[in-house]
Amino acid sequence: MGKFGRYLAIRSLYSILILWGVTLVVFGVTQILPGDPATMVLGPYVSEQGIELVNERLGLNKPLPVQYFDWITGIFVGDWGLSFQYEQPVYDIVVPRMLRTAQLALVAFLLVVCIGVPLGVVAAIYRGSYVDTVVSAVTYVWLAVPGYVFGILFILLLGGPVFYLFPSSGYVAPSESISGWFGHILLPSVTLALMMVAHVLRQTRSELIDTLQSEYVRTARLKGLDERTVLVKHALRNGIIPTVTLLALKLGSLLGGTVLIEYVFSYPGIGTLTVEAIHNRDLPVLQMSILLIAAAYVIANLIADVLYTYLDPRIEYGGA
Amino acid sequence: MLQNRNARIGLGLLGPMIAIVIVAPVLPLPDPTATDAANAFASPSAEHWFGTDHHGRDLFARTLLGGRVSLLFGLGSTAIGLLLGVPIGLASGYFGGNVDEGLMRFMDLFLAFPSLLLALLILAVFGGSMQYAILAVGLVFTPRIARIVRGSTLSERNETYIEAAKARGESHTHILVHELLPNVKSPIIVEASIRIGFGILIGTSLSFLGLGAQPPNPDWGYMIAESRDYLYNSPWFMLWPGLFLSITVLGFNMLGDGLRDILNVEIEEQ
Amino acid sequence: MSKNKRSPSNQTMTRARTAQSTSDRLLEIDGLSVEYQLPDRTIKALRDVSMSLEEGETLGIAGESGSGKSTLALAILQYLGDNGNVSGGSISFKDTSLLDASDEDLRSIRGNEIAHVPQNPQTSLNPSITVGEQIAEVIRLHQGKSSTEAKEDAIGILRQVNISDPEENYERYPHELSGGMQQRVLIAMALSCNPELLILDEPTTGLDVTTQSKILSLINELKDEFNTSIVLITHDLGVLAETSDRVAILYAGELVEKGTTSDIFSNSANPYTRGLLAATPDIETERELKPIPGNIPNLDRVPDGCIFADRCEFVEDECRTGQIDLEAVDDGSGHVTRCRRWEHVVDEPLKTSESEGTTSGPVDEAYDSDRKLLEAKNLTKTFGETGLLDQVFGGEQPVQAVNGVDIDVCESETVGIVGESGCGKSTLGRLMVQLLDQDEGTIEFRGEDISSTSDAFDEFRKDTSIVFQNPDSSLNPQKRVYTILERPLDLLADGAEQDKDERIAKLLMQVGLGPEYATKYPGELSGGEKQRVGIARAFASNPKFVVLDEPVASLDASVQANILDLLQELKAEYNTSYLLISHDLSVVNHICDRVAVMYLGEIVETGPKSDVFNPPYHPYTQALLSSIPSMDPEDDRERIHLEGDVPSARNPPSGCSFHSRCPKKIGEQCEQSKPELEGTNAGGQDNRHRVSCHLDEEQMNEPVRET
Repeated sequence: MGKFGRYLAIRSLYSILILWGVTLVVFGVTQILPGDPATMVLGPYVSEQGIELVNERLGLNKPLPVQYFDWITGIFVGDWGLSFQYEQPVYDIVVPRMLRTAQLALVAFLLVVCIGVPLGVVAAIYRGSYVDTVVSAVTYVWLAVPGYVFGILFILLLGGPVFYLFPSSGYVAPSESISGWFGHILLPSVTLALMMVAHVLRQTRSELIDTLQSEYVRTARLKGLDERTVLVKHALRNGIIPTVTLLALKLGSLLGGTVLIEYVFSYPGIGTLTVEAIHNRDLPVLQMSILLIAAAYVIANLIADVLYTYLDPRIEYGGA
Repeated sequence: MLQNRNARIGLGLLGPMIAIVIVAPVLPLPDPTATDAANAFASPSAEHWFGTDHHGRDLFARTLLGGRVSLLFGLGSTAIGLLLGVPIGLASGYFGGNVDEGLMRFMDLFLAFPSLLLALLILAVFGGSMQYAILAVGLVFTPRIARIVRGSTLSERNETYIEAAKARGESHTHILVHELLPNVKSPIIVEASIRIGFGILIGTSLSFLGLGAQPPNPDWGYMIAESRDYLYNSPWFMLWPGLFLSITVLGFNMLGDGLRDILNVEIEEQ
Repeated sequence: MSKNKRSPSNQTMTRARTAQSTSDRLLEIDGLSVEYQLPDRTIKALRDVSMSLEEGETLGIAGESGSGKSTLALAILQYLGDNGNVSGGSISFKDTSLLDASDEDLRSIRGNEIAHVPQNPQTSLNPSITVGEQIAEVIRLHQGKSSTEAKEDAIGILRQVNISDPEENYERYPHELSGGMQQRVLIAMALSCNPELLILDEPTTGLDVTTQSKILSLINELKDEFNTSIVLITHDLGVLAETSDRVAILYAGELVEKGTTSDIFSNSANPYTRGLLAATPDIETERELKPIPGNIPNLDRVPDGCIFADRCEFVEDECRTGQIDLEAVDDGSGHVTRCRRWEHVVDEPLKTSESEGTTSGPVDEAYDSDRKLLEAKNLTKTFGETGLLDQVFGGEQPVQAVNGVDIDVCESETVGIVGESGCGKSTLGRLMVQLLDQDEGTIEFRGEDISSTSDAFDEFRKDTSIVFQNPDSSLNPQKRVYTILERPLDLLADGAEQDKDERIAKLLMQVGLGPEYATKYPGELSGGEKQRVGIARAFASNPKFVVLDEPVASLDASVQANILDLLQELKAEYNTSYLLISHDLSVVNHICDRVAVMYLGEIVETGPKSDVFNPPYHPYTQALLSSIPSMDPEDDRERIHLEGDVPSARNPPSGCSFHSRCPKKIGEQCEQSKPELEGTNAGGQDNRHRVSCHLDEEQMNEPVRET
């Protein structure tokens, strides 16, 4: 096994361990959530027999380790249990929601990559110029204004009385209408992207500035290379590595459900589902949605670390 | 400190905000909870400087008083995060080895959840209220602060003044508290100032979702949530809390960046 | 990007011709001044510096930190950064004014006609591009060759700078090469377009002596082969004596003396140059060091008169007024000095007499087996034991830093440990004060095993102490000097509370600092002052044994001698024993009674200084000694060049660990069996001179056959 292969193996194994820890946390938390599930299902006025019947059907009268074991094995065979609230298989509820969030995340991610990275590069190259100053000032404001305020402003300006350009809420599947899908997804994804662009831009800028001041860039210039070659070949390659890692992490947090933005735009994604499940004490749904979000996060972290190690030849392949 | 542009602007923004928040309770403001249905959605006027909300409550009073909750939230959650995160980070970085492994792996477990979601989950267990929300966000901050402190400790640990302390037989506690802590305080200060801004943002987000500050007392996040349904009736309703909130967060962010330059700290962007 | 802040009025003229053009002058610098603009002040980094370089000549430029020597190199290349600018003077290269050259002209000159070899090889090569490509790209750029031709040329030049397997190394990334190889790659890159002028900025700083000596020979060979003119910048006078035809000495941004190498080294007419020569330990002469008092000045305010006046032993009132001009000492050789009193200076003998010193003289009688203070047996330390996961996935081997070392130190004796980086000498030093726990072995202090009782260990702790290499790192930047000195008193010294202030004042005085230093923070002190505080701290508890870990390695030459003298004084006063760890044989030779030479975690030769160095026995000691650049320009003794680099301590060679590089290897015996550390016949009483080598003494004394 090569050094990189060994690193990959250890790092992946570690991610699996973390995910296992997450299942314990999620299971534990849902156990201590206040409120009795049977009461959730049947409402406040139920008989003793009713409660027992429900507990029996949901498997809630078994010992905890058995419940945990059943839950974990269920995850692997696709039996994710029944939603208390909807009385439907959790799988059928959670997976479509996750997919919708993924669509939102991908569109937002593309926007972040296409806007944040180039702007960051430009700001670094023309450091101190008015372009840089304007870009820096704008990112400060972006970072300070809460995303939901941006969302509400967009709805106010573009989704309603001022200009009716886009629908302000809901979701249309692309199979029904591509333009409808795009119309519904655009505002929330732009809002999401705005928040992240600021981060990505600042990181790209500061890393590239550091690289441009490095001694090997000086070496390159003192070889007589023109500024374009110095930038593209010698500076960007190294300066962009941290940004690539950051982008991987950002994709994870986008996939992890963007509770607030989905909430503002009434977008039926995994974020709104989780909030709903918390409010309604819908344990099976809550467990799975949180687990999926955490999985997206952990995998994104894994990808970020592995990418960094792969891209930067200097990195020693340490343990996890 | 005032030589740094960012720090200057940050303090310039924060100064008035903090002054307002401290002074607001003793100002002769209208009752922020007094409703006046006949006068709902009023525009700014001599009587209601910022206008009124959907219950006809005075927005000037509500906005000024709402800052107390938000600032308290930012400060409180950051304080909890520091209280737990700094010792964990110091110990982890200084002792290394198994102590480091154990603590950091435990922290990683909490880093597997997005900040807001983890806060929501903690609130789901304890129930939505201001105190628990602060605690929840403090816990969310803990692993992030611990990582920063650990990183700085790791680079300080190899300085030979630590070896010099060991060579004269100092205890671990002395080394941690008297030798290391003063030398990692700069990154902690910078991180704290940025965290306060972030704490205010998360706090208002939780209020926005109905899990933080409880009505009818005013809070910026909660006010924005309320304003959402009435945007077409009156834009003022959202404008004031949104503006005050953004200025405060901007102030803390700029102060943090300024401090980073002044104290010459390198922290990776999160 | 060139940031030449002068606005050239003659932009239409590419390569403006300067008025006075001389035929064989390659480079002419006239009255050059450079300033750096900081937010709150202006640093006058170079002031009125003039020098010239003939074709085929090597000009050495020497200076300590802050002398402006690197600024000079970058000014020639017109690369002073955003905040630096030329505020006066001219630089012409082959009759072209470099200050007036356009960006485009500069690009065609840089790397092509003037090539630069920077200071830190690790950070100066692009980490994500193969070294071959980094060379080939210059060839394609300036010579317009195709990719295949450029690659062939690059491999050829790698071979010329003695890189083994050039085809294979062409494809490697910089971090896969050793420091010495990285430096060769940078030299190869600079030579790839056959430049007329090569600027070498501290080309061997940070390299081990054996590697340094190989790089210097390489530079001398290549100079003849390529007929390149060289500007070599260094703080190391020995390096200059070894390579230069002419030498210029810079001090605090001014050129203080320039002349032929022999003018400077044997006939200097400048107090600073002389001071520098007298302050630098030289392994060949056992003379007393003569330190230069004071510190290198700040350059934001330049005083009237001579900038060296405050530190000069020849100073008179006339030195402190007006402008000091360069005066000619010898018109024939172009020897000039910036000193009004140089005629008084040349009357003094250049070097202080040998063996005159009382404090620095070697005391061979210090060794007395009845007065053993400290004795370590079979010390062994391994780093990076593999964890469970590493074993499962096949992780890296642990590093054996110290491998079965026996060493003893007598009362009032100074024992030196020498070796190159990675030989385990610092680890050994830390084991000796128990900053690290050994894996195996024992330490006896005054005849008692320190691990036997906790009382024994406490006594050991009280009576031992350590001085670290880097004074920037060894003093807590957040504590005042008073607090720094107070802690060891509180913890280790017996004595009443009220004596503390007195004791601290006395300590400060003993290390040559006034009591006013007690309230200062380390950030307010110069490097030498910080090291003095570090030494005061080490002596606060009246230690009987002090480990000195490279105590002068990060200090400027003029400050080094001060610290070495101070250490000698304190030793006499406190009756202390030292274990001095150093890579610098001259320093070890200067203050030690006994020495041990380490290689890959083991002692290969040990004994009284005179037995080990005169003449050296072990082939490694011989190589080390022969690698030291000589301060005598006439010296042309044979250098022993070791093959390759020091092997990894993760995977040391079998048998004798030196066999893979040994110029006197005799065969399989060396590869298979590990030699014992055995006494030599010349070792005299107590078997004190011991060598670990399979050769017999006669073979060891034979000169190395050049292969």
